[in-house]
Parts: sequence; C-alpha cells; structure tokens
Amino acid sequence: MSDNSSLRTPSQRIAWAATVVVSTLVFIFLMAPILAIMPLSFSSGSYLTYPLPGFSLRWYDDFISSPRWMNSLKNSMIIGIASTLLSMVLGTTAALGLAQWKSRFKPLVLAFVLSPVVVPGVITAVGLYFFFAPIGLTGSYLGLILAHTALATPFVVITVGATLQSFDTNLARAAASLGASPLQAFRRVILPLILPGLASGALFAFATSFDEVVIVLFMAGPEQRTLPREMFSGIRENISPTITAAAVILTTISVILLATLEALRRRNERLKGSGG
Amino acid sequence: MTNALLTGANASTEVPLKRRLRRAERTRQAKALALVLPLLLFLLFTFAGPIAGMLWRSVEDWEVRQVLPQTVAALASWDGKDLPDEKAYAALASDILAARAAGTIAIAAKRLNYALNGFRTILTSTARNLKAVPEPGTAKETLGKINPAWRERATWTTIKDAGGPITGFYLLAALDLTRNADGAIVAAPPDQAIYRDIFLRTFLISLGVTVLCLILGFPVAYLLATLPPGKSNLLMIFVLLPFWTSLLVRTCAWIVLLQSKGVVNDSLLWLGFIDAPLRLIYNRFGVCVAMTHVLLPFMILPLYSSMKAISPAYMRAAASLGAPPLTAFLRIYLPQTLPGIGAGSLLVFILALGYYITPALVGGAADQMISYFIALYTTETANWGLASALGAVLLLATVLLALVYGKLVQGQQVTGGMKN
Repeated sequence: MSDNSSLRTPSQRIAWAATVVVSTLVFIFLMAPILAIMPLSFSSGSYLTYPLPGFSLRWYDDFISSPRWMNSLKNSMIIGIASTLLSMVLGTTAALGLAQWKSRFKPLVLAFVLSPVVVPGVITAVGLYFFFAPIGLTGSYLGLILAHTALATPFVVITVGATLQSFDTNLARAAASLGASPLQAFRRVILPLILPGLASGALFAFATSFDEVVIVLFMAGPEQRTLPREMFSGIRENISPTITAAAVILTTISVILLATLEALRRRNERLKGSGG
Repeated sequence: MTNALLTGANASTEVPLKRRLRRAERTRQAKALALVLPLLLFLLFTFAGPIAGMLWRSVEDWEVRQVLPQTVAALASWDGKDLPDEKAYAALASDILAARAAGTIAIAAKRLNYALNGFRTILTSTARNLKAVPEPGTAKETLGKINPAWRERATWTTIKDAGGPITGFYLLAALDLTRNADGAIVAAPPDQAIYRDIFLRTFLISLGVTVLCLILGFPVAYLLATLPPGKSNLLMIFVLLPFWTSLLVRTCAWIVLLQSKGVVNDSLLWLGFIDAPLRLIYNRFGVCVAMTHVLLPFMILPLYSSMKAISPAYMRAAASLGAPPLTAFLRIYLPQTLPGIGAGSLLVFILALGYYITPALVGGAADQMISYFIALYTTETANWGLASALGAVLLLATVLLALVYGKLVQGQQVTGGMKN
C-alpha cells in the first residue's frame, strides 16, 4: 500500500493482500476480548450473554456500593501510588548512578537490577512469602508495597536510563560552569529535561503494581486485597456482571495510562526533532 | 643540569595533576556507585534474599534433626547395612517420648512420610503405644513389638537420610528421582513420579504458545513495519491496548467469550456451524488461546523493531539483480529478521514458562503448569521443600534462557551501533 512501486507482480500483490487479511484477523483476535466484555457491563440482565436485554448502569452501581470492591480499588491505589513513589526514588537515583558508573561489573549489576522482570512471579512470591512471614510483613501494606517496588523499579531504571542516554551532559557542565551547585543543576537543568522520561517510568511502575496479582495472592491478608485479587476470586467463584464493570474500570485506567504515555512520547520526539 | 631541573620541575607539577585527575575520577565513580547502592540493597532485601531463602529451603532438612536429635546422632555412625544397634533404638524411644511431650511428633512424621509412605502411621502409633523409657537393653525388642516396621532396615535408612542438615531429597523428587535403601539414585515410584510430566507439559504449552505467537505476530509486525508511520502508529494501538489491559480483565474476557453459553459458541450455533456448544474453555485449547493473546504483543514488538531496521534498499537490490520476490524474501529479508524472531520467541517462551494466573483460571486440572504446583505446595499442603525444589528447577531454566536472550539482544545492539 505504502510502497506501490515495489508491488509490481500479481504474486506480490497476493502476498500483500494475505498479509493484510491475516493481520486484520490478528487485530480482531487482540481486540475481541476487550470489546466483547465492555457492552456486557452495561447490561440490565444478569447473564453474560448477547443479545443484551437492555441498557443499565446497575453493575456499576453494584460496584460502587459494594464495600468489598471499593476497598479493593482503594488498596490498589494505595499500594500502586506508594510503590510508584518508592520505585521512582530508588530507580532514578540508580539510573543516574549507572549512567556515570564505569566498571566491568556494570553489565552484571544491570542484569541483577533488571532480573525481577524476568523471574517468574510465583518464584518471587514464594520467596517473599517465606522471607516476609517471620518478620511480620505478610498481610501488611508495607510488605506488598516493598514487593511491588522490587517488581516496578526495573521499568523505572530502563525508562529513566534511556532518557539519560539521550541527555546532553554538556548542559550539566554548562550549568556547573555558570556557578550552579550540583543540586541546583539537577533541579533547574537536568530534571526539566528528563521529566518526560521520569513520568513514563512512573506510569510503567504504577501499571506494574496495579496489574500485579501473584504476589498479592500469596501475601495479602483479607484487608489488603487489591482489585485484580478481587477479580481473581470473582472469576474463580462465578463471573457476575459486576466483574465486567470492574474490568471496564480497570481498562479505562489502562487506557488513560497508555494515552498519557503516548502523549509523553510524542512530546519527547517533538522536542528532539526541534533540537536536531 | 638545567635540563634535569626542568624535567624535574615538569614532573613535580605533572604528577600531582595526574593524581588529582585520577582522584577526581575515583570520587566521581564512588559517588556514582553510592547512587546505585540503595537500589542494590533494597533488591537484596526484597528480591535476592527471598529467592536465596527459597533455594536454601530446597536443600534444607531440619525437621527430623530437630524432633529426633538423639536418634540422628546415634545413626551417624551406622553403616546402613544391617539393622542399627540397641543404642539407636534407645535413642529413638527417648526422642519419641520427648517429642510426644513437646507435641512435635507430627512435624517429623510429615517429613518422613514424604520419603516413605506410611511413616506417619509408624511414628504416631509408636508414640501412642510407647508407655515409658524401655529398660536398658530392651529398646529394640519393645519398639519391634509396638510396630514391626522398626525391624526393617528401610525404616531406619529413611530416618538417617532425613537427618539433615542438608538433603538432595526434594531436588531429586522434583526430577522424579529418589534414593533407595542403599543410597543409589533410582527412579521414584510411579505414584510420586509426576513432575517430569508436568515439566514436559509446561515446556510443550510454552513452545506451542511461542509458535502460535510467531505465526500470528510475523505478518502483523511486517505490516506495521511496511506501512507509512501514520497508519502503522494507528494500528499499533490495537497491539498496545491489549498489552496495557490488565491480565485479569483479559482472562475474564476470554471466559466470557469461550464459555459454553459464550459469544463464540452462540455465534457458531446461530450460524449453524455446530449443533451443540463446543468445549472451548477449562481445557488446553482455552489455555493456549488466552496465553497467546496475552503474550502476542511481546512477539510483535521485537519483530517490529527488527523489521523496521531493515532497509528497503536490500529488497530493491535483490529485485534488480533478478531475484524473484519469494527468493528475495526468503534469502534477503527473512535472515535479517532472525535476531528479532529469536528475541521475540525467547521472550515469549521465558514468560510462558512461569505462567500461573491464566492456566489457573482458564485451564482444567490437566493443563496446570509448574507454577501452579509450586503455589499449591506452598500455600495448600505446606510441602515447602518440594515447592522450593520445583521453584529452583524453574528458576534455573529461566535464568539460562534469559542469559541466551541477553547475549542475543546485546549482539543486536552491537550490530545496530555499527550500522549507524
């Protein structure tokens, strides 16, 4: 389609058409679950089948008036925001350090810092369960915040690190030569420039914590159940339409996060484009 | 003289400067390390420490050692060939009485029962029927009367093997192996030998999902890499939106779609393709569909970036040199996507190996992967040694694959840098 000059022969046209058809089917496959579940949350009936008997907001009403669901939303927010803040502090300082640190151990340290992303959730969860239980950190907000921070920080290190890589260190030197203290230079020169990177890192960190369920399954007491944890029980027991309302609320939050991230990326590209 | 003085003066100003620069660099490096250190310490406490603890549990053997200390000590010098001597029987009788008073019999019984089915009954019945410390010299006879199992060598080798402080028992069990009474490593009895099948199942499901992701992801990545940026950015939303949607939401949605009265079955019935609802969920099919859906973006994104880096000039050059389109694709384009295929496939495979939530929610009993059993033994049956051993095997597989992945991605970055 784009490069029509390269689609000269009929066989090439057929191959391209096949690519388009298969891709369209895959896009449908990718989007179908999300699209199928949304209308059901607005159903007035209590069965999860089409056609819908009518439109209503009763399941959202059910969600909002249920202390169980609202408590889980509150928990997800508390744990998500706290672990985002903590992972931002730890991840940004580490990324700043890693950008300057020269050592043959650097790849090893980097691999260690990023390993929480790769290690299967169950292994981290079991390890934490054994480790945190004797010191009273299971069944507590603090334990979950610490665990989620460990999972979220690698994303902060990656995003902030990538931003720092494209950061012109001469700007920091210029600030220093003009008499700025290191802290001033960071606050007035470095920070505004890497802010989009920091924001992306924070979004990734929040999304990681907000979506995490395996560690919560092992470590949360009844008081700390998060939204995904509540959905897990709901799906296990029986899927009521209230879950579809919860799903739509979760998806909406994801869409907002994704849109913000995309806007940040565009802004960053524009800045780079104007600079170059 | 003047020459020597000059060089001397030069040296005296130069060396301190060099040293000063080196010192400044050292301070800079120390400061950089100090910035990384808090995160390293944090991860030591919240990640590396817990995992090391889990690995330790897979070889730790404390129960029998703690509950039957005198017996373990008495058996230390036993050669295991014949029945142990009277001293060991007396030690056991004394240990059992002490453990009964302390209420710790069940701890040792549980551990010994893992190694020898029925040991729990042997130990509890002995604890119930042993009235008092046997007269000196009669312990062997007394215990043998209470339970004839004490006259069997296997009963005693089991205690000796479980005497700790470390054991290969759980790691062997995780690979369907065990030690026989002579200490040789042999295949575990068939009723306990289930883990190789589970590892094989985990491997096959992961492999199947990886292949499905590659087949579905390749055309999409190709399309996205070939379309002009405006269109491909728009279509990219279809990949990124599911990527960002909660795993639980997607799993829930697949149940809604695939259940017997779900959207897919209803549509097929309505269209007349089928007469009765198909069983599409709580089986292997449902697990593969849901996992492929979750992992597909992890395949598309690396493929897309490797295809994006391929210059269209190569294909034009191949065409101008007379290569038919298919030949040009197979010999010029495809080889250049291999690093992307490798990275995407490894990533999907690594992530699939550790899957727990999706199979637990959309799979049947025969579709549970290794993570499910690790979770089961941790929280339900509290067989922490076995849970840790299975975890150690899974961790080893993941780490090895991740190392390969690291090499692959690093190589790509190097060549990418050279191209620029």
